[in-house]
Amino acid sequence: MDLTRKLEILADAAKYDASCASSGAARKDSRDGKGIGSTGGMGICHSYTPDGRCVSLLKVLLTNACLYDCHYCINRRSSNVQRARFTPEEVVQLTLDFYKRNYIEGLFLSSGIVRSADHTMEQVIEVARQLREVHHFRGYIHLKTIPEASQALIDKAGRYADRISINIELPSQQSLDRLAPEKNLTNTKQAMHGIRQRIDESLEAKKAARQILNRPRVKAPAFATGQSTQMIVGADDSSDALVLHRADELYREVRLRRVYYSGFSPIPEPSVLLPIKPPPLVREHRLYQADWLLRFYGFDVGELLPKEEPNLDLDLDPKLAWALRNRAVFPVDINRASQELLWRIPGLGTVNVARILAARRWSRLTLADLQRMRVNLKKVMPFIVAADHRPRIALLESTHLRQHFLPGPRQLELNFNAPPPTTPADAAMALSGQL
Amino acid sequence: MTITAQIQPTFEAWRSKARELLRHGVAPENVDWVDASQTASLLAEEPSCYQTTPNASVKVPADFLRLAANVCAHTDERRFDILYRLLHRLTIGGEKHLLSMPSDRDMHQCNAWARAVSRDIHKMHAFVRFRLVGLNESNGREQFVAWFEPEYRITRLAAPFFEKRFASMDWSILTPDACVSWDGEKLTFMPGMSRHDAPSADAHDDLWRTYYRSIFNPARLKVQAMQSEMPMKYWKNLPEATIIHDLIGSSEKRVCTMIATPERPVKPMPDNAYLRTLHQRRTKS
Ligand code: SF4
Repeated sequence: MDLTRKLEILADAAKYDASCASSGAARKDSRDGKGIGSTGGMGICHSYTPDGRCVSLLKVLLTNACLYDCHYCINRRSSNVQRARFTPEEVVQLTLDFYKRNYIEGLFLSSGIVRSADHTMEQVIEVARQLREVHHFRGYIHLKTIPEASQALIDKAGRYADRISINIELPSQQSLDRLAPEKNLTNTKQAMHGIRQRIDESLEAKKAARQILNRPRVKAPAFATGQSTQMIVGADDSSDALVLHRADELYREVRLRRVYYSGFSPIPEPSVLLPIKPPPLVREHRLYQADWLLRFYGFDVGELLPKEEPNLDLDLDPKLAWALRNRAVFPVDINRASQELLWRIPGLGTVNVARILAARRWSRLTLADLQRMRVNLKKVMPFIVAADHRPRIALLESTHLRQHFLPGPRQLELNFNAPPPTTPADAAMALSGQL
Repeated sequence: MTITAQIQPTFEAWRSKARELLRHGVAPENVDWVDASQTASLLAEEPSCYQTTPNASVKVPADFLRLAANVCAHTDERRFDILYRLLHRLTIGGEKHLLSMPSDRDMHQCNAWARAVSRDIHKMHAFVRFRLVGLNESNGREQFVAWFEPEYRITRLAAPFFEKRFASMDWSILTPDACVSWDGEKLTFMPGMSRHDAPSADAHDDLWRTYYRSIFNPARLKVQAMQSEMPMKYWKNLPEATIIHDLIGSSEKRVCTMIATPERPVKPMPDNAYLRTLHQRRTKS
């Protein structure tokens, strides 16, 4: 099989993994003239595919042959997909060739499980080892690890990688038993704890080195700087509350960098055990918004998803939905309120809150000030008091407030085949369907 | 009286002129900033027109200099003028906290320009595509050339990133307004060139398109999301952009085929020792 065909199969097999991040790596570069690459700070999206996803890393599987039978996965043993396998050298060469042309930030390597967890891990690690030790590659490496692999191998993977991850896949063992019978939640969590410990140790060691040598730049990370995971939504009947409680637990206990939520999408090799109809894409989006509120805005899962409403409102963003349930908190005076309270105002992000806090030391802020900070006034106005504004209390108490925020008629997706309507009148006609 | 400040449109030129004006206490409304690269005739400079003797040097926060470097790379004609007004207010005007007032008009304008410029820099880091053109026989270094069309004058600001990342290859980036190349020792800047001076293809472009096609999931078409991050103005220099239309056009059919595919039955577990241990543990617990 030629390289092009292998790339086709093994990239196709990897595309259901949503994570693409290449940020948060330790700072390194190749100005010493040896090797190639750099990382540090924000990762870069080098392209976008028409599914709106960022292309940052060469994301491939080493092989798509797999012993496991995870029913949401195109590579499961029950699938009839064509199988292929890269040699480590082929992946190394592809990574370097793509990297030098500035197509990518680095490599995201994963693999179907062949023979055993340890055997598979060894193959994956070999690619990373060659990149780092033979070619002095300083770009980004993300390795997917297998929870059942031995701790020694996971340690080794972490020494070469900037990020390692284990997919939790589904939020409960019950769902795993049905859809991914070889996977085990306890093992996964244990392995994540192991990784967290190594990351912590390495951070400590770096801190100590900095204090002794007073040299802020460490050459290569002694261990990956972060771990992340992915949860599939819509393949089982778990509620958003279950999904977010699991995510929250992982953020707390093993300090994950990110949980990726991947809406189950139809695959070319459907399983009898899975729903034919995928969940609406917006569910995934709402989960990301809620996840953001947990991590950066001081919300609890219970606040976003009270017992009687275990699923997120698909029509409204979760902060707005919370505000509508907790109207007594509002209006909030933007010239006086604490940071924590400002964070809770629908339509205000952490960046704008920081701007407000800085600017209000010098003057009392008006709506025009907010507009210049590019705040969405329509959204915040019912909830805030500004120097020149008080919301109509009647509106805040009315049952119509929800109506006020519901999205208008859905925006049409841009379609290349149909030319866009030419005049605004045409456009209005097209939307209303009237002549 | 009005002073004409005629400068090359770079941050360095603006900074040294602004420093000079500020030391003489010249008010912003008395300066007429002119882009020397845009005017045909060189206006006569009036060196002795200052009415006061110079003050000692002026200090500004580093944040301001960072902002100014980005603003100067913008192409709006009013940038030098507004930037100088900001500088004047910040120093002689005594408005020390101006930088933390994003709601101030001048700050708002400069921030908007700086944001547009830094976005353009970011996109340049992302969308430059190097093409292999040869090998330096004497030292074995590979030589790459890229053609890029940024929206603003950002080549200088964007270059250090490529130096850090691609230090071990020889490379040049050509743009219509400035070019930069790296030989392993130093960055060299040159005047702009035309796209005909750059190679138009690379043997790896096809492989890259293969990857791009395969990593795309037709079941999640979101064309607007793609376009807001990768505006069409950049497409003409991206090798992968040539297949975008086809990918979008064929996606519906591909999804229909997936949904129409008969569901695959579950195959029995193969005889494998490792798998057995996994299942044994399960039945035990
Ligand atoms: S282990 Fe499961 S999810 Fe991973 S490749 Fe195999 S079947 Fe797919």
